[in-house]
Amino acid sequence: MDSSELISGIKKKLPDFNALSASQNYPDEICIKVTQQIFKDTCHALYKMFSFPVMMFFALDERKERGRFVINSVFLDFRSAKWFIVSADIPQENPCFDSLAKSMHSASLFEREIREMFGIEPKDSPDLRRLNLHDEVWPFGSYPLRKDFKAAEGGDVRDYKFGRVDGEGVFEVPVGPVHAGIIGPGHFRFSVAGEPIINLELRLGFTHRGVEKLFEGKAYSGAIRLSECISGDSSFAHSLAFTHALEKISGVSIFAQVAYLRGVFLELERMYNHVNDIGGIAIDVGFSFPAAYASIIKEAILQLNEKLSGNRYLKNVNILGGVLADIDEAKKQILLDSLKNLKQDFKELAKMLYSSVSFMDRVDATGVLRRKTAEDLGVVGLAGRASGIPIDLRKHFSWVYKEAKFKIAIQESGDVLARLRIRIFEFEESCRLIEEFVGKLSIDGKIRVSAILKEGSALGYAEGWRGPVLYWLKTDSAGLIERCKIVDPSFHNWQALSYAVLGEIIPDFPLCNKSFDLSYSGNDL
Amino acid sequence: MMHILKNRILKGVVTKHIQSELSEEIETTGLELKSLIQKKFGRSLHIREVDTGSCGACESEIISANNPIYDLQRFGISFVASPRHADALLVTGPVSKNMLIALRKTYEAMPEPKFVITCGDCALDGGLFKGSYYVEGAVKDILLVALHIPGCPPSPLSIIQVLLEFLRKETLR
Ligand code: SF4
Repeated sequence: MDSSELISGIKKKLPDFNALSASQNYPDEICIKVTQQIFKDTCHALYKMFSFPVMMFFALDERKERGRFVINSVFLDFRSAKWFIVSADIPQENPCFDSLAKSMHSASLFEREIREMFGIEPKDSPDLRRLNLHDEVWPFGSYPLRKDFKAAEGGDVRDYKFGRVDGEGVFEVPVGPVHAGIIGPGHFRFSVAGEPIINLELRLGFTHRGVEKLFEGKAYSGAIRLSECISGDSSFAHSLAFTHALEKISGVSIFAQVAYLRGVFLELERMYNHVNDIGGIAIDVGFSFPAAYASIIKEAILQLNEKLSGNRYLKNVNILGGVLADIDEAKKQILLDSLKNLKQDFKELAKMLYSSVSFMDRVDATGVLRRKTAEDLGVVGLAGRASGIPIDLRKHFSWVYKEAKFKIAIQESGDVLARLRIRIFEFEESCRLIEEFVGKLSIDGKIRVSAILKEGSALGYAEGWRGPVLYWLKTDSAGLIERCKIVDPSFHNWQALSYAVLGEIIPDFPLCNKSFDLSYSGNDL
Repeated sequence: MMHILKNRILKGVVTKHIQSELSEEIETTGLELKSLIQKKFGRSLHIREVDTGSCGACESEIISANNPIYDLQRFGISFVASPRHADALLVTGPVSKNMLIALRKTYEAMPEPKFVITCGDCALDGGLFKGSYYVEGAVKDILLVALHIPGCPPSPLSIIQVLLEFLRKETLR
């Protein structure tokens, strides 16, 4: 689908549609600019055309140069493997736009974020509460992502009001922000009637560190290192998505060797996290032997990561135009030998779980996320695939994966077992993919092409183990970062948890939670 | 059940299965640590972990230090669910404004005597997040910190080693 096909497609839904401009800046990315008045309808038309929720929605402050704000929404058409960005200018006086959230729920969180960070008002929005800037500590009227923001000014602060469920015998169980385990902070407020959970309100943002602002004004090399610390268990996926955006802007094409190496590392990251979660699911039903077994496998992968790249979490690997770690013949042998053991151990792990009746009883039909709910919320990645949403960026976008005949994992039931099965399938598939990629590596393949970062903007993406990691990046004429919008899959998926636990009992909450295993820091930014 | 028994026997004791130099290092470090903890804390040192804005990798390594390979617990150090049971508070991450109250309250909930350890570069001075509008900065400006474990993230082995070094000095004092 090119830009003219796109416009005629929109015209079918919106007869008097007119774009201000349409351009294809990259083979996988089409931008259309529309007026503020028709922004909402255009987004809806795309939502209907692709039957797929909004993937990103964010603002930019261009008041200094051009006297306006800009809002961008990003849609994915996986059939034609393209991203569509709808953009509109917002005047700086009384900045606002028509809320999309009422008819497209997946936009809701993004709108709340735009409002708290930029002070741009989504008109008629059903929910205006702040996300990351907590009411108790951050004054109203201070907008940190505005370019002229210096420091918070002393407006009022107030207590946060949770939603309330009233009725006879209903009581509330507040949990967090500090949890019992060694894990990130978040607040969960359960309303229960007897045993079953009838409502769960999530309050996140506790690890908000203002990272998008920290990117601004940075040179790209330091910024890559920062991207590795957004969500520590997805360091590689984050730095990959970020470098992808950089490479699109610079117009470089990477060597095949680099594409294979990145594939290997991306899959290793997936493997250690998947096995970690499989162990976590086991421990949350009190099945400790397989959990310990899984942690041995995880440790083996982390040690392998270190041998191959010098870092257990695959940090310091990606750079603009290439990677810093090559896999030579000796390392190749280490990798292939380790894979053999890992596969064997993993098979035993899966067998132990699948053959335990009491374990299967706990995970089967627990924490169901229906496909319709998942689609409405805009759930992506692993959790989406477990509810029957057949999207995996590796399948739709990457030539190395296509060449390796990548097989996507799909489950329909949307329960803990489905998410477990996806992980087991993907772990085994990752082993196979790595073997394919390693077979393609050449002995003296080049691993870096020199590049200069220009002025421009682009969308970078990678399918991390949780789902798509997205970076929309804009650089200035000096090659410094002007705006960096990050969407970790956790941002789309956290809400799903509060639907999946409905009707379950609180003791099953940790199990449901672990089956999603979402990132606090990736969500809170 | 059969699978579990089979794998239990086949795997054996993994703590010894890792490369011998590493395993020896853990053993000697750990045994020394154990006797120190016995003397100083009456058999066990209980730690409560609090994440005040970490990226999660520090947590992952702390959890790794408890896996069967490093098995921190066998030396008498365990991580507890409540600050009420803790001797030490282990803080990771730069302090996000949203976590300031929670950090203070967790510390206050701990019984005396107690001390604070910071883990990872972020917790030392904000690390990469230093200077952000939403970061309070170093943990040591908020609570009295007795020990810092450097790294981004520190490896499980260095977590064990730094703890040992510290406890050794403490007992000599
Ligand atoms: S020190 Fe490094 S690993 Fe630890 S929380 Fe900070 S960024 Fe993450």
